[in-house]
Amino acid sequence: MAGSLAGFLVLVLAVSISEAASIFQPISDSHRSAALELFAPTDGSFGSLEETYEALRTFEILGIKEKPDITTGSCQSVSETLGSSSSTTEDLFHALKVNSILKCNVDEEIFQGVASGLKAVVNDASSLLDFYYSIGSLVLIKDQTSKVDALLGDADGIFRSIKALSQSDGRWRYSSNNPESSTYAAGLALEALAGVVSLASSDLDQSLIVTLKNDIVKLFDSIEKYDDGSFYFDEKLVDAREHQGPLSTTSSVVQGLTAFASVTSGSINLPGDKILGLAKFFLGIGIPGNPKDFFNQVNSLAILESNRVSVPLILSLPATVLSLTKKDQLKVKVNTVLGSSAPPLTVKLVRAFISGSKDSSVIKSLKLEFDPENAVHFLDVLPKSVDVGSYQFVFEIVLDDSVDKKVYATGGQTQVPIFVTGVVKIDNAEIAVVDSDLGSVEAQKKLDLAGENSVSLSANHLQKLRLSFQLTTPLGSIFKPHQAFLKLRHETKVEHIFVVGNSGKQFEIILDFLGLVEKFFYLSGRYDIQFTVGDAVMENSFLQDVGRVELDLPEAPEKAPRPPLQPVDPYSRYGPKAEITHIFRAPEKRPPKELSLAFLGLTLLPFIGFLIGLLRIGVNLKNFPTSALPATFAVLFHLGIAAVLLLYVLFWLKLDLFTTLKTLGFLGVFLMFVGHRILSHLASTSSKLKSA
Amino acid sequence: MAKSTSKDAQALIQSLRSAYAATPTNLKIIDLYVVFAIFTALIQVVYMAIVGSFPFNAFLSGVLSCTGTAVLAVCLRIQVNKENKEFKDLPPERAFADFVLCNLVLHLVIMNFLG
Repeated sequence: MAGSLAGFLVLVLAVSISEAASIFQPISDSHRSAALELFAPTDGSFGSLEETYEALRTFEILGIKEKPDITTGSCQSVSETLGSSSSTTEDLFHALKVNSILKCNVDEEIFQGVASGLKAVVNDASSLLDFYYSIGSLVLIKDQTSKVDALLGDADGIFRSIKALSQSDGRWRYSSNNPESSTYAAGLALEALAGVVSLASSDLDQSLIVTLKNDIVKLFDSIEKYDDGSFYFDEKLVDAREHQGPLSTTSSVVQGLTAFASVTSGSINLPGDKILGLAKFFLGIGIPGNPKDFFNQVNSLAILESNRVSVPLILSLPATVLSLTKKDQLKVKVNTVLGSSAPPLTVKLVRAFISGSKDSSVIKSLKLEFDPENAVHFLDVLPKSVDVGSYQFVFEIVLDDSVDKKVYATGGQTQVPIFVTGVVKIDNAEIAVVDSDLGSVEAQKKLDLAGENSVSLSANHLQKLRLSFQLTTPLGSIFKPHQAFLKLRHETKVEHIFVVGNSGKQFEIILDFLGLVEKFFYLSGRYDIQFTVGDAVMENSFLQDVGRVELDLPEAPEKAPRPPLQPVDPYSRYGPKAEITHIFRAPEKRPPKELSLAFLGLTLLPFIGFLIGLLRIGVNLKNFPTSALPATFAVLFHLGIAAVLLLYVLFWLKLDLFTTLKTLGFLGVFLMFVGHRILSHLASTSSKLKSA
Repeated sequence: MAKSTSKDAQALIQSLRSAYAATPTNLKIIDLYVVFAIFTALIQVVYMAIVGSFPFNAFLSGVLSCTGTAVLAVCLRIQVNKENKEFKDLPPERAFADFVLCNLVLHLVIMNFLG
């Protein structure tokens, strides 16, 4: 799902790039190297038999010789799958597909057993996938061994039961109880029906085949189209459980269609341009990024290359840029989608016109010559009417043999954008300083714009600077480039750009400095002159420093505009920033340490005095309770006070207010309790003492 | 004149001392405590006068802690003194409990202010 989505995005991108007119290149060597990268086995094998088949089939189609050797391991798992009774029809189908390429040594009896089992499945099958895998497997057995009877007895009945799942618009349902119809399923059904036809032991009812051909035509009515002429199928249902992208859907339909076409006689009435459009769709994807998409693309292209409806031929150009000076030949290649050579044919250049003006064609009806050695159709010399410029060439492929016309699809006319380039000749280039009033030439220098120039001029604001030149194409006509600029750059890097206009044959610009002083910001001094002529089809486009002019301009008046500031170099944004210095408050002056310590000692003095005073008064602890319980409370009370004071010290040193208050709550309750007990005890003893 | 002044002063101090000797011991302890607190505060003020008031909150905490506890002690003394009829019904244990509680609250604030 994700892979097909990615493929689709690539496709959309490719389409948006090549929208104007598209050139599709056949499969080339870049596909081969991409295939080897995408299909790289891990530990000598691919994940499943399905992936193994996709890898082997891709290598086979692209003709890759130095592929990884996985034969032994794969053959072993093929034998195991075929020999196992628990294998599903899907497993058997993929195993047989791998075997069709590797030709492993599988016993006839195993084939016999598998074939009879599959026949039972076919007769009981009700869903489309059961039919598809079992019939597909039987077809593969029939192709791989002639000794096993894989033919179906009741081919008509099976054909009808598959056909019963079809819808009126040509699409199919996966099973009878699933109302959703799918284009992808239509491809599977067509392939299964083709298998039934090839397995039928007796001739089928021809009317069934005729109705099926009509269904295919109806299915092709729902084909979708891009602007570049590529056609594709897409699922209408987005929310279906097994949604398939446009690539796998288209691939499925192509497989079904070609399988059915190869087993039935008579033609299917499909327009060749649709088949060619399908081929363009697959080629337009470029190189898909995942193995499944890659296989779908390459396999579908291989099937288209050998199909019986019509084989698409792809017209491609090795180069779309032609140089008149080098006398490049116009070369056109016509190949099949896989890059092999086409049948004898003639390529006609129907007409060519200048891009953007469809009416005026410069070439009408030219036949290209054929170079059998390089298999290239070429036009030796471009007609005189084609000068440098961008053109649209319209080609048409005409098949020499009328029998081939039924086999190949050429898709009518193909429009290709072509650029014709050339060296443009520059004549009469000169630069001059002219006096304003008299018109007399002060100084005049010839310029050789093909080589180096270094003119040195001087002028004042009363003079003019004149630059003139002529451009002619290789065919001698006047050439008008996209860009012709004159740039003056002052020493202070202030720049002024002027567009050089043309008058008939001559390109000329006159700079009247009197009118330009304000624009020049009254900046006198040296100006570098840079001269640019450029065009996509001009091979010798140039950007050249011609020289310098010394300008003498009047002094700037007061209100003259200031020259703009030069833009800052964007890279300096990523450079280091200026260092930020922080300014801190200067610390307060502190007293000397000794003084502070002395005062610390001094504060202790009153305390010592307090203690001495206590001794003098004759304090005693006689009132301290003597019995055990009050004494305990008394001790606890004092310890509690000490604890609170210690907590305060801790609060000062490191704790925060919340922890302190929390702890203080507990300590306070404890202190209240013991304090109340001891103090009430003391009060009661003292009152007893009084009353006594 | 000068002699009589010094004599008077001596007699005054003598009578003061004899009168003070009659105060109960527990009141003397409180007085001593108040004097201790006031002197500690004075030393801090002198220190501030010598070296300046930075850090000011530490100085304020120290001085207020001393004066605060001195004021509380004076309050305790008023309540405990038996000659104050006003507080006759108030037991001295209750007054002491008030003193302890107020000191704890005062010093919580002081510690918080100390930073």
